[in-house]
Parts: sequence; C-alpha cells; structure tokens
Amino acid sequence: MLQNFSIFNTIYNDAPQPWQLGFQDSAAPAFTGIVDLHNIIFFYLIVICVGVFWVLGSIMYYFNTKNSPIVHKYLNHGTLIELIWTITPALILTVIAFPSFRLLYLLDEVTSPTITIKVIGHQWYWSYEYSDYVTDSGQSVEFDSYMIPESDLELGQFRLLDVDNKMIIPVDCHIRLIITGADVIHSFAVPSLGVKIDATPGRLNQSSILAERTGTFYGQCSEICGVWHGFMPIAVEAVSVQDYLAWIDSV
Amino acid sequence: MSDGDLSSKYVLQTAGFDARFPNTNQTRHCWQNYTDYFKCVAAKGEDFAPCKQFKRAYHSLCPNEWVSKWDEQRDNGTFPASLEP
Repeated sequence: MLQNFSIFNTIYNDAPQPWQLGFQDSAAPAFTGIVDLHNIIFFYLIVICVGVFWVLGSIMYYFNTKNSPIVHKYLNHGTLIELIWTITPALILTVIAFPSFRLLYLLDEVTSPTITIKVIGHQWYWSYEYSDYVTDSGQSVEFDSYMIPESDLELGQFRLLDVDNKMIIPVDCHIRLIITGADVIHSFAVPSLGVKIDATPGRLNQSSILAERTGTFYGQCSEICGVWHGFMPIAVEAVSVQDYLAWIDSV
Repeated sequence: MSDGDLSSKYVLQTAGFDARFPNTNQTRHCWQNYTDYFKCVAAKGEDFAPCKQFKRAYHSLCPNEWVSKWDEQRDNGTFPASLEP
C-alpha cells in the first residue's frame, strides 16, 4: 500500500509515477539548478510559514475573548510593527531574487552547440528535424513523433508517454533546440532536462540542453493546444555519440 | 560501418552563436542566413565556397517547411525581400 505513494520511493527510473510529489531524477545541469533553487526557496517558505502561523496561533491563544476581554477598538495604527512587516518581506524577496535571476540567465545561455535540432509542434504531435548534415543533394533527417495508443502498448511502455519515434540526442553534447509551432501555440517541456519553452507559430525559439547521462526522458506538451493536447507526449532518448552517429546514419 | 567512418562522414558541427541574435528569438537568425546565402550566390556565384556557410546555417536553423515556402516564393518572384547583392 505504502509503495503506491511515491514519497516512500526514491528511484523513479526517469519516468513520472502516479501520485508523485517530488521531482523526476535530473539528467541535466539545468534541471539540477532548478531543483536547487526550489530547495533554497523552500527554506524561506518554511521560515515564513512558521513565523506567520506562530503569530496567528499566539493571537488566537492569548487574545481570545476569554483571556483578553479588552476590545482594542481604537488601536488601528502602530508605526513600528508596520515598518517591520513591510521591510522584512522586501528583504526576503531581495534575497530570493538573486539566486533566481542567476539561474534564469544561466538557463538562457546557449553554449556553443554541437548540433541543432528543430522541434515543431503540430496538432497533435511533435516533429523533429536534424539538418546539420545536409549535403548539396542530401535530404535532412526529419520525422514525426506520435504517441503510442493504449491498445498498441507493449509491456514496459508508458501509457500516454511513449512515442513511436523518439527524439535521439547524443550525451554530453550541448544541443541547440529551435522550437516552433506549425498551427497553434504548443510548449515543449522535458522536466529531467530542465527545458520548457513555447512553440509559437511564425517564431523560432531557442533553448539549450545537455544530457549528462544516457536514458529516456519524458515530457508533455505544456500549452493547451486543442482536444488532443494531452496526447502529444515528448520522449527524448540520450545515447552515446557513437550510437547517435549510427542512428543518424540509419535514418 | 565502423565508428571511424561515421565520425568522418558526419561532422558534429552546427551554426554557432551569432552576436547579432543573442536572444531566445532566433527567427531573424534563420531569415538573415537564408537571404545572405542567396545574396552571396547572386554576387559570387553558386560555387563560391564561403557562401556555403550561410546555406549550412539556414538549413540548421530554419524549419524545412519555411525553406520550401521561401524557395517557392523566390521561384514565383514573390519573395518579400531583395536578393540583389
């Protein structure tokens, strides 16, 4: 029974679990940074919660009608306490802002990429284009990635997550993603790789990923894009550079 | 095919960072390389090797659908930019 609650499990094998509360395992520096920022901010959240509920509880305990029959009808101003509860949150927000902006600008940085992959959102599937190897006559590698319907699932595949053609990326390579939409706005998101970026028609958005280990990482379209918005998952498979080249050669 | 053959056949190389386009929005990066390639070809001819750099860049950055649409527009003379060098 307890196994059903993921809080008691620690290994997620790179797939989200039913009732999962925490993050998926990180596979990229971007997501490690996001999890760290979350943990840092959670510290302040706990401090604030304890403070607020402490004050609230004390007021209810010490100043209820039974304990304190005096009605503070004319007490409506206190300069000191107002200064304290104005300046303290401002300071806390400033302290939170620094690591937040640091991470934001680090994530925006596209470190000299080794490959560019174009990701195009359609109603309702993703398509990928690898065009770095186009010769004068050659075609670029492009394919569509559809969700595997429940009736076709094989043992070990994930319902609503597995696709027929995964996006293959080499491990330990900086990859530039060029993301766009073909019809309406979609959003390309893979939590384990720390990427979520809108796929807007007519606009090319750039993002960067770096897989630090091999594995398959799952994500979902994250912008409501129509009736089958929930059925256009993203599956990214990180493989060694040799395997990546062999794959590029085979498609 | 052995690994050595593959890594010489496929060079892991792509369009680099361009200081003119430092933002998330790379639409113009793609467009600029596309128009630059055809301006380059118009000025120096198809075989001029440095032009190939623009071609590689626009292939890497532009969705294939956009490229074929623009190719069509160039053929029809409706491309919305001057490609004179």
